[in-house]
Amino acid sequence: MNTLYEAVIERLDQNNLWQFPGGVHPPGQKERSNTQPIQRMSIPEVLYVPVKQHTGVEGDIIVTVGESVLKGQPLTRSSLPFAVPVHAPTSGKITEITPQPSAHPSGVPEMAITLVPDGNDTCAMLKPLSQYQQLPKSTVIEAICDAGISGLGGAGFPTHIKVSPTKPIDFLIINGIECEPYISSDDRLMREHAWQIRQGIDVLNYLIEPKCIIVAVEDNKPQAIEALTIACQDSEHYRVVSVPTVYPAGGEKQLVQVLTGREIPRKGLPADVGCVMFNVGTCYAIADAIFSGKPLTERVVTITGSAIEEPQNVWAMLGTPVLHLLTHAGYLPHKQQEQHVIMGGPMMGFTVTRLTVPVVKITNCLLVPAKNELPAPEDERACIRCGFCADVCPATLLPQQLYWYSKSKEYDNAEEYNLFDCIECGACAYVCPSEIPLVHYYRKAKADIRNLRDEKDKSDKAKARFEARKARLLAEKEAREEKHRLAAQARKQAMEKSDSGAKDKIAAALARAKAKKSQSTENSESPQSTAQEKKAQVQAAVARAKAKKAQTAQNETTSADKKAQVQAAVVRAKAKKAQTAQNETTSADKKPDADTASNNKTSGTQVQDQPEMSDAERQKREKIAQAIARAKARKLNQQNSSGDS
Amino acid sequence: MKLSLRSSPHQHVRRDTGAVMRLVCYAALPGIAAQVVFFGWGVIVQLILAITTAILAEAAVLLLRKKSLERTLSDYSALLTALLLAISIPPLAPWWVIVIGSVFAIVVVKQLYGGLGYNMFNPAMAAYIMLLISFPVQMTQWLPPQSIAENSASIIDAASVVFTGFTLEGYSIAQLQVNADGVTMATPLDSVKTALLSGQTYSESLNSPMFNGAAGKGWLWVSIAYLVGGLALIKLRVISWHIPGSLLLAVAATSLMFYAVSPDNFASPYFHLVNGSAIIGAFFIATDPVSASTTPRGRMVFGALIGFWIVIIRLFGNYPDAVAFAVVIMNMAVPLIDYYTQPRTYGHSRRSR
Repeated sequence: MNTLYEAVIERLDQNNLWQFPGGVHPPGQKERSNTQPIQRMSIPEVLYVPVKQHTGVEGDIIVTVGESVLKGQPLTRSSLPFAVPVHAPTSGKITEITPQPSAHPSGVPEMAITLVPDGNDTCAMLKPLSQYQQLPKSTVIEAICDAGISGLGGAGFPTHIKVSPTKPIDFLIINGIECEPYISSDDRLMREHAWQIRQGIDVLNYLIEPKCIIVAVEDNKPQAIEALTIACQDSEHYRVVSVPTVYPAGGEKQLVQVLTGREIPRKGLPADVGCVMFNVGTCYAIADAIFSGKPLTERVVTITGSAIEEPQNVWAMLGTPVLHLLTHAGYLPHKQQEQHVIMGGPMMGFTVTRLTVPVVKITNCLLVPAKNELPAPEDERACIRCGFCADVCPATLLPQQLYWYSKSKEYDNAEEYNLFDCIECGACAYVCPSEIPLVHYYRKAKADIRNLRDEKDKSDKAKARFEARKARLLAEKEAREEKHRLAAQARKQAMEKSDSGAKDKIAAALARAKAKKSQSTENSESPQSTAQEKKAQVQAAVARAKAKKAQTAQNETTSADKKAQVQAAVVRAKAKKAQTAQNETTSADKKPDADTASNNKTSGTQVQDQPEMSDAERQKREKIAQAIARAKARKLNQQNSSGDS
Repeated sequence: MKLSLRSSPHQHVRRDTGAVMRLVCYAALPGIAAQVVFFGWGVIVQLILAITTAILAEAAVLLLRKKSLERTLSDYSALLTALLLAISIPPLAPWWVIVIGSVFAIVVVKQLYGGLGYNMFNPAMAAYIMLLISFPVQMTQWLPPQSIAENSASIIDAASVVFTGFTLEGYSIAQLQVNADGVTMATPLDSVKTALLSGQTYSESLNSPMFNGAAGKGWLWVSIAYLVGGLALIKLRVISWHIPGSLLLAVAATSLMFYAVSPDNFASPYFHLVNGSAIIGAFFIATDPVSASTTPRGRMVFGALIGFWIVIIRLFGNYPDAVAFAVVIMNMAVPLIDYYTQPRTYGHSRRSR
C-alpha cells in the first residue's frame, strides 16, 4: 500500500501525479476576490475572542474582567498538551468573559473574552527567536505553542503536536491547494507572502527533518505557484508541485494520495504513511511567531459572493464579528432572498447563526451569495439510484447506501458501509440529481451513532458497576457462609469431643459410684443411719410429690407465677431441710447420685469420694439443690404460660 | 436579523432527475427517427399512445397516493418508461396492447412498489414481458423494414392499423407482413432462428429475402442510430460506460464462443450485436439507474450477465429476442451484486466484501 519513497520522487520529477477517485469540478469563482491585494480593515468596536479556536482543549483564562491588555498579550495559557492559547488581537479593555455565539454550525455559545479595543493598537513586548537553529527543538516548539498556532486550513489541529511526529517523515507537505470555490485567501497569501511562507517551511524543516518537502498548489493559481517557486528556488529539497484542479484535492487524505500514492490508513494519521501536512497560512504564522515573536492574532479572510459590493481579502483580527467584515466589503442584503452568510466555502462551509459570530483561526472565507447564486435546494426527490454520488466520492464510499441506511436509521448497516470514513466533502450532494442533502443525513447519522455510543458506554459502565457490586455481594455472602460453615464445623467437632468426654466422664463416674457403693456396703454403719437415710428419702419423695401437686394446682390457677414461686420456695425449703437432714448422715451419696442422672455437669462435682464434707461443700450442695428446685419451678412456669397461651 | 440556516454543500450541479430523464429521451430520438424511416409511422402512434397512457396512469396513482402531481410528473420518468416500451413493441400492434403495457409498467411495476426509485424491476421491460407472454401474436407481428412505405406512408394509415387492424385500403396486418414475393416476413432474429431450426445452416439462413437490399439494412441502421444516442449519453455523463460496455462485450464473447465451435448452427457475434435490441438494451434499458446495480464493479457484472443471458435465451429459448428477459432476471440479482461488489474504501486495507 505504501508507495516507495524513490518511486514517489520519480513520479514527482516527471510531474506524473496520482489521482484520487471521484471528485467534482464546481465553477471556481475565485477571480471575484483574488485580483486585489489583501486589505487592512479598521479596528472593530468590539472583539469576541473565543478561548477555544482549535481541535483540543481550551487554555486557562489568565485575564480578568476590567483588565487592560496589550496587543499580543496572552489571554489564556496552555497547561495541557492539546491546549493552545489565544492572544489579544489589539490593545484594549476586557469587559466580559461569558459564552458567546460560536463560529460553529450550531452557533452554540462558547466561552469568549470580550475585548473593547482602545484604538491605539499598542503592542506587547515581542520575543523573537531569530537564531532558532541554534536552539533546542523543544524551545522552538514551545514558542510555536505559546504563539497560539493551530492549523489554519480548516481542522485547527494544534501545530505544536504536529511538528513533533513520533515516526520518521518522508514528506513534509505544504497545502496550498485551496480547492473550495470562491475562496482565495491562501491564493493571495501565497502571491504576496511567498517568502515568509518559505521561512515558516524552513522552521518546519528544522523541526521535522523530512526527506523531501512538497509545496502543493492547484494549477488554477499560476501566480501563487510562480511566487512560491521563486521563494523556494535555492533548494532542491523544496519542490513546488502543481496539482490538477479537482475538488476536494485539498483534503488531507486526498492530497497525500495525489502526491505520494499512499493512503492514510483508517483511523490513522498522515505520519503513519510518512507524511505530515501544513497549510500555507500555518507556515506564515509560524514564521511570524519565530522571527518576529508575533502570536497568531489575525488571519486572511475572503469576503465574497454576489451580495458583497467589493469582494476581497482582508486581514481580520481573530474575534472580529462577521458583521464588521461584511460592512467593510459592502454587504447588500437586498440581493439576498433569505439573509444568510456562509462561513467557509460553498461545499463545506456552514451558515452562521448571527452576525456577531467572530472570525476564528480556521475562518478562511465569508460567502454571501445573492438570490439564485447558490439557491436553496428544493425538497429532495426520491433517490433514483443513479450512482453519480458513488462516482464522485473521493473516499470510494457508496453514498447512496449510506443515505438509505442513515435515513432509515439502520446505523449498524451504515457503519458497515463505513459511514465514518466520509469526510463530508459534499461531492455526492453536489451531483445528486434528486437534490438530496446527503451530507446532512450523514452528519445526523454520525451524531446519532456517537450519542448511542456514549449512551452505550454509560450503560456499559453502569452495568459493569452493577455486576461488580453483585459479584462483591455474592463474594461477601459466600465468605460469610463459609465462615459460618467453618464455625459450625468447629462447634460440631467441639461438641463431638465434649460429648465423648462427657460419656467418658459418666462412665468413670458410674464406675466410681459402684466402687463406692460396694465400699459403703462393706463399711455399713448402724441401722439408725439407714433409717435416717430412709427418712430423708421419704421426705424428699414427699417434697417431690408436693411439688407435683403444686404443679397440678398451678395448672389450675390463673396467678400461676406467684403460687409457683411460693411453691418453689416451699419446695426449696423442704429440699433444704431434707438436705440438711441428709447431710447429717455420713453416707449422703445416694441422692445426689440420683440427681446426677438428670444433670451431667453437676455430677462431676457432686460425686465425691471424701467421706467428710467441708462447709463449702455443703453450701454448694444446698445451692445445687436450690438450683434444681428453681429449674423445676421454672419449667413448671413455662409449661403454665405455654398452657395459658 | 434572522439568518436562514442551511446545510452544506450550498452549491449543486444544475442537472436534476428530470434533466437526466429528458436527456435520455433526447438521446433516443435518432433511433426513433430511424425506426420511422424503416418501419413507418406506427412507432409514432405507439409513442403518443404510450406517453399519454403512462402520464394519465401516473397522475391517477399520484392522486390516490396524495402526492404532488407537478413535482413527480416533472421528473419525466413516466415519459421515459413509455418511450422505451413504445419503441420495443411492433409498430402496428393494436392500440390496447400498448395501453395495457403502459398502465402495467407505471401502476404495477413502478408505483405499487413505491414509485420512482423503489421499483425493483425495469418498468418498461417488465411490461414488455407481460405483453409478450399475454399477447404473443400481437407482440411478434413485426413488419419487414420499409414494407409500410411500399404499402402506405401516411401516419393516418398507421393509426388506422393500430386502432382498427386495417389500413385505409383495407389490408390487414397479416397481409402487410407478406412481402411482394409472397414470403412472410419476420424479424431477422426470428427468421434465422426458424431457418436454423428447420435444418438450414447460418449462412444459408442469411440468404432469406429479408437480408437483401434496404430491408436488410433497416435493422442495422436502427441499431446504429441508437448506438449514436447511447454514446452521446456516455459523453454527457448521463450514463457510465460500465453497463453498455460490459453488456455488448458479453454478447459478443458469448456468441463468439458458440459461433467458433459451430459456425453453421450459431449466428455470428456481429449478427447478435446489430440485430434485435442488443444495442438499445445496452444503452437505454439496462442502464435504467433504479433497477441496475450501483457499484462500479457491480455494473460490470450486471451488464456482462445481461449480455450472457441475452445470447443464451436467444439461442436456446422459445422467444426470438431476449433483452427484456435478461434485464429482468438480472434486476432480481442486483441487491446481491451490490452487496458483493462494494468498493474498497479509502484507507481500508481490503474490500468490505
